[in-house]
Amino acid sequence: MKFADLIHEPSVIPEVEGTERNAVIRELVNSLAEHGAVPAEHVETIARAAIAREKQGSTGFGKGVAVPHVKHECIQKMTATIGRSSRGVDFAALDRAPVYAIVMLLSPAEAPEEHLAAMEKIFRYLQREKFRRFLRQADSHEAIVELIREADDLQDD
Amino acid sequence: MTSVDGDAGFRCVIRLTEKGRPRLSAPETEAVREVEVRNREGLHARPVMRFVDLAMQFRSSVTVANVTKNGEVLDGRSAMQLMLLEATQGCLLRIKVQGVDADEAADALAALVESGFETGSPGQSG
Repeated sequence: MKFADLIHEPSVIPEVEGTERNAVIRELVNSLAEHGAVPAEHVETIARAAIAREKQGSTGFGKGVAVPHVKHECIQKMTATIGRSSRGVDFAALDRAPVYAIVMLLSPAEAPEEHLAAMEKIFRYLQREKFRRFLRQADSHEAIVELIREADDLQDD
Repeated sequence: MTSVDGDAGFRCVIRLTEKGRPRLSAPETEAVREVEVRNREGLHARPVMRFVDLAMQFRSSVTVANVTKNGEVLDGRSAMQLMLLEATQGCLLRIKVQGVDADEAADALAALVESGFETGSPGQSG
């Protein structure tokens, strides 16, 4: 599985409106629903579960990225999207710094192996300084989609 | 200056740890533990955070490798790195610790993984 195969491209938000964690989580789940990746009737359930998960421990791992995620029985098929913020979002991150890239992962409830494989894929990219920098600079939908499609070819400095 | 009578030539250097407890300066040692991931969900984000929290309580360096998967050696004090373990239930992890409190750290970290991350707060081991 490639990183690009994991991301539901139409749902990517190049500039999130919110500057606060819960609002941004809702924006991303809404975007996934609007573009058909999750059923609209589950938006509230998924958003609430993702926010509840954050309250157990921030998924702002530091270095300006956060990976909010939720495993839930109403999620039939794994999907993920990306939100970017030029202003920064307060995610109560481990390093207390604002977050500029949010990768949101939705997993079915009973598929821990698949969930861990997706997390591995996401973090494989996010821990590369160059990928984070390019993602932060990608200010259009096209730029983000192009970056994730070409991420495998991106060589570190 | 106080001089200590007794064993001639034997002298302990005492320094304060962050917690203010005096600790003998010990030589750097290495400790390795291999443990199996027991919990159904594997090392997802929260267990990884707990592992890192515990690893940071020691002064030694810690690496973790998923022997079952690819054996890639990852920094046990970095949550971002440990998310690469893809440590699902049944995987064998090699925890390698180097430093002045290597044994203590290795025991505590191994116990945390073996507990299935179901214990309350870490630090009860040993």
